[in-house]
Amino acid sequence: MSSRDQILKSIRNQVVASVDHPGLAGDWIRYDDRVAHFATVLAAVGGAAHVVDTAEEIVAVLSKVPAFAQASKIVSLCEQISGNVDFVAIDDPHALEDVDFAVLPAQFAVAENGAVWVDDAVVKHRVIYFIPQHLSFIVRSPADAADAIVDNMHLAYERISLGEPQFGAFVSGPSKTADIEQSLVIGAHGARSLNVFFLRQ
Amino acid sequence: MKTAEHPEQAAKFVANDERAHWHDQALWFVREKRDRMAVSLPEWEQLRSAASQIKLHTVSRLADYLEQFEQNATKLGAVVHWARDSEEHNQIVLSLLQKTGAKRVVKSKSMLTEECHLNPFLEEQGIEVVDTDLGERIVQMRKETPSHIVLPAIHIKKEEVSETFHEHLQTEAGNNDPNYLTEAARNHLREKFLAADVGITGVNFAIAETGGLVVCTNEGNADLGVSLPKMHIACMGIEKLIPHASDLSVFLRLLARSATGQPITTYSSHFHGPLPGGELHIILVDNGRSNLMGSEQFRNSLKCIRCGACMNTCPVYRRSGGHSYGTTVPGPIGSILAPSRDSKAHKSLPFACTLCGSCTDVCPVKIDLHHELLEWRGEIRQRGQLPMSKTVPMKLTSWMMRSPWLFRWVGAIGKFCLRHLPRWAIYHGLNPWGKQREMPESPKESFRELYQIHESKKASDE
Repeated sequence: MSSRDQILKSIRNQVVASVDHPGLAGDWIRYDDRVAHFATVLAAVGGAAHVVDTAEEIVAVLSKVPAFAQASKIVSLCEQISGNVDFVAIDDPHALEDVDFAVLPAQFAVAENGAVWVDDAVVKHRVIYFIPQHLSFIVRSPADAADAIVDNMHLAYERISLGEPQFGAFVSGPSKTADIEQSLVIGAHGARSLNVFFLRQ
Repeated sequence: MKTAEHPEQAAKFVANDERAHWHDQALWFVREKRDRMAVSLPEWEQLRSAASQIKLHTVSRLADYLEQFEQNATKLGAVVHWARDSEEHNQIVLSLLQKTGAKRVVKSKSMLTEECHLNPFLEEQGIEVVDTDLGERIVQMRKETPSHIVLPAIHIKKEEVSETFHEHLQTEAGNNDPNYLTEAARNHLREKFLAADVGITGVNFAIAETGGLVVCTNEGNADLGVSLPKMHIACMGIEKLIPHASDLSVFLRLLARSATGQPITTYSSHFHGPLPGGELHIILVDNGRSNLMGSEQFRNSLKCIRCGACMNTCPVYRRSGGHSYGTTVPGPIGSILAPSRDSKAHKSLPFACTLCGSCTDVCPVKIDLHHELLEWRGEIRQRGQLPMSKTVPMKLTSWMMRSPWLFRWVGAIGKFCLRHLPRWAIYHGLNPWGKQREMPESPKESFRELYQIHESKKASDE
């Protein structure tokens, strides 16, 4: 008998009382001002949120960020910002190792934990979410920034469809570690800074 | 396997009083962060109940869900492997590495691969395995094991990290700044990520309905490790399964808040199938887990999502250190899991507990930890694995307590001795209660005598 069959048989031999799935309906938390709450939580985890009306405003904010102003290799997958790396032409993701700054689209944001949802449907190399020194996300929200922010994770999963071959992730703030004496250090392996722009254009 | 008893190991740890207090405080700080997060959500208790029930539901239909997971993961292009025990798991990993001729592996945190002792096994085969979580890399360089499942290097001081990095990464001697040391590790590990042939990760959750995996990190090390090489090997215990993607809402809300007091980990990555043109191998490992399912008392421990909250709050863990348990998973949950694998080797662990119940209070999936620890004590006695130093005094105490006159008499002698005997006759090797602490001051009257005085006074007042 294969290991697979042995394991399944061993599990089926156990007498375990049947327990129902509890369902996920609940009076889950909502926020009066999702934009403000998202910004507060993101700031607490080391990131920054901005609500802007034009691409020029994004450029204005970024130009004050030294990491952007001094960046020599910029990947932008958002039409509003111009980069200087031909991302689509790159075949080997290792070639992205020296990217200083990336500006990437995110699908939506979650107020309760300051996360944005990203996936690789529009991104050829998923490593671009993790390898750049600094990262900015642009979330499109034509009418109101709050439309692009859900209150909690239950609503977040209602907006995501999983099951097709795909990579997706919630990203909340820049990468961090506290493995040395519980001292928080921003910039462990991934991004050293993270800005989220809600673009109402 | 002969494992050192917890009290002996703990004695070594507490011998350094200053360090023991520092360790205690560091973990209590994390526990307080967890509390702030828990109270920030009015639905916290509802989430815990839901998480507990989803896990119990999954265990009650585990075989079906495993088959469903296998089917869906395969559809997505992943290859699912099954391992009955750690040896089989390690062999599968090795054969996958040999198939591609891989020599350099980067691995993110996985308690399962620790449980299977994968690193030493692969190193013997001439394969370089680099742990990429900062804490794990520190303990790996120091040739130690993690002392905590979420904070692997919680027992190590920054001065020691500095020495280790000076030796291995040529950092400045005496520079103990965590920012500087983390930066050095970042640069060192970047090279490892870029040179890796294969990335290995653990799994936080596997979704039966979609065939996908979720891996949570703060550092981004799991993602970097599996986004550059073509092959991703994900190793998971069969209890990591959940039925639906929507169930993740409950677990991702609880996990980081319980573990480190964060609203969510920085990265919560959902893998559905391999990288385009790459390979994803998922190894489902039993290694004793299916045996736990049938036990009414201990089935609950399969709900564990490895957040470490029970360790952070445990007064014994905080003051004795993770290594005193001599197991991959230490602390309250480890003291339940280890004896289920080998109760003789780990018989001292269920006794490394004051039964205060703090672990049960903070557990995000409502494992009745302190009840299970008490169950284990009975189980170990039944199996005849208790040492005489415990069985004889317990028998004597039981005999004494069944006889009211004997109980009174022994009590009176005890009180007399505590008050009148010289110090050397009370504080010695035969009285472990007097070790490192003062015996309580002996009262003039026993409770019984006080009660009698009170009653007779009441009678005379009436």
